[in-house]
Amino acid sequence: MSSSFRKFLITRILLTIPMVLILVSLIFFVMRVLPGDPIRSQLGPRVSEEQADVLRERLGLNDPILVQYGNYLKDIVTFDFGNALTQGERPIKDELGERLPATLELTIPAMLFTSIFGVSLGAFAAKNRKKPIDYIIRLFSIFIYSIPIFFLGLIFQIVFGVQLDWLPLSGRMDSMLLTTFQSTTNFYVLDAIISHNWPALWSAVLHLIMPTLTLGLALTGVFIRLTRANMIEMLRSDFIAAGKARGISEKRLVYHHALRNTFIPILTLIGLQTAILIAGAVLTETTFSWPGIGRYLVERIALRDYTAVQSTIAVFAFFVAIISLVMDLLNAVIDPRIRY
Amino acid sequence: MERETLVSVQDLSVTYQTRIGPVSAVDHVSFEIQKGEILGLVGESGCGKSTLGKALMRLIEPPAEISSGHIIFEGEDIMAYDEEKMRDFRGRRTSMIFQDPMTSLNPMQRVDDHLIEAIQVHEPKTSREKALERSSVLIERLGIGLNRLGSYPHQLSGGMRQRVMTGLGLVLNAQLIIADEATTSLDVIVEAKLADQLREIRDEFGVTLLMITHNIALVAEMADRVAVMYAGHVVEMGDIYTVFEKPMHPYTQGLLGSVPSVELNDRDELFKMPGEPPNLTHPPTGCRFHPRCQYAMPICSQLEPDLTKQPSGTLVHCWLYQDHPDKQKNTLKA
Repeated sequence: MSSSFRKFLITRILLTIPMVLILVSLIFFVMRVLPGDPIRSQLGPRVSEEQADVLRERLGLNDPILVQYGNYLKDIVTFDFGNALTQGERPIKDELGERLPATLELTIPAMLFTSIFGVSLGAFAAKNRKKPIDYIIRLFSIFIYSIPIFFLGLIFQIVFGVQLDWLPLSGRMDSMLLTTFQSTTNFYVLDAIISHNWPALWSAVLHLIMPTLTLGLALTGVFIRLTRANMIEMLRSDFIAAGKARGISEKRLVYHHALRNTFIPILTLIGLQTAILIAGAVLTETTFSWPGIGRYLVERIALRDYTAVQSTIAVFAFFVAIISLVMDLLNAVIDPRIRY
Repeated sequence: MERETLVSVQDLSVTYQTRIGPVSAVDHVSFEIQKGEILGLVGESGCGKSTLGKALMRLIEPPAEISSGHIIFEGEDIMAYDEEKMRDFRGRRTSMIFQDPMTSLNPMQRVDDHLIEAIQVHEPKTSREKALERSSVLIERLGIGLNRLGSYPHQLSGGMRQRVMTGLGLVLNAQLIIADEATTSLDVIVEAKLADQLREIRDEFGVTLLMITHNIALVAEMADRVAVMYAGHVVEMGDIYTVFEKPMHPYTQGLLGSVPSVELNDRDELFKMPGEPPNLTHPPTGCRFHPRCQYAMPICSQLEPDLTKQPSGTLVHCWLYQDHPDKQKNTLKA
């Protein structure tokens, strides 16, 4: 590792700190500006103001706002996150610890699916430019891009869950299996493999298919279009013409020479799409009752659970920052022209 | 000096299908390339010289196509080849050096991988090591340090990259090398070096070189013969000394008159050819040069002349040198 590269790496990592800080501060104040508060959302309108105030005092919500802000920043910096304000006031670390693996189990395969499927379709369309299959793929990409995720999820549920009855409608595993299932990492697929629980593995995979496809397909449109556009430009470039004049086959020119050069914008797109992936995860988890942090966020926003919402957003921000850092590093690895 | 014929181009046309109708960029062209010669192909931008070069390797892509003619390479008509045979032909029997060395190499592939790939595509049984060994000899011969083999294109200078391109053209011992404006993007010193090198290569490897360029000085210095193209036609073709000494076609005369000379006391104004190159969607009838020709006669706008052989050996495509029953002796413009 060269010293300039180390410098780049350290700068990039340090830069995520102000980014997360700004985001978390923004959320902190926006949550408090919103009408409603965690106390009333918990206790309901019929509890007296005195009783509500007792709870408010205990949770520190009567402190001046800057004191609350300072306390919260302290929690974030120590990676403690404090306790939730509602639903049993459990430590947020534990709550997210249970739900984050569920979200990762959904988003990682979805991202793999969307990039592999989208890039292959885009490359294939570029190779067959202006032929019927190209128009079909382009139409598909616009169609899939314009469908809202939850609607796509509902269609899948009706077709594959209800009409055809092939796939389970919601959740992460059959409830029968869940009663005896030993979960250590909260990645159900991983847990099932570790404990050699094959029926559980099968059930976990079946439960994953629809949510993954929904989330993955929803993001595919952008990948198809970006890959196709970049591939067409690459295929027009001089080195492809020169390669053809050396007798290199078209297949090799398309899938070896042009596609490799197209990976640079694609990796950047993967970094950018991660943010959309997480937004999509919120919708997908809600549609499929998937107990991940997306659904957790939606629930806790409704309850005005300040600390829970702030912490979840912070985790999202870290996640996006890390992925885009990894993509930048990958770009430096595959593109010989990038040197830090 | 009479040589054997390597390539015989017969009645070759390349037509672009455009929205406003077909455009013939190369129009019924016939000529021969002889073994071991350097043939210069000159003309203005858009005259079809690059298209002609690509057509010789059947690299014409839609919306253009080769609409007529034969390309006889060592006695075989490559127009009859199927795609697989054509792929084998490209690079192994004819290779091409492109205009822009900056963009003609894959930016993500190292120099050695380019060379090894070129060899292995045609000789799948050759090992990487063998291919590298063969490339190394050639690369050194071209004056590229062996330490450059591991470089990526962006780490090389323009001249260096063009030498790599040349190496790629030579590595399979192709008989015909088409240099399409190969030196145009280089500065004059690097250009001169590369030109020298191409000539040395011809002498050493016995290859035939088709030099497509608009640099007439370069052709004068390097070529054995020259072909002048205008609006899709070869209008004059012959021995380099004969053509430069005594250009016959009015276009060639104009072209040579527009080259600056560095001789002292020679500050005469350059000849400026009147008019513009024609729009090939509606080429002029008869001789395509007649609207710009100071010797144009009535027949010139009606009938197309043939490429006729003159006593000097030069082939010329002009009514001034060809008889016809309807030809009138008085010129329209003095």
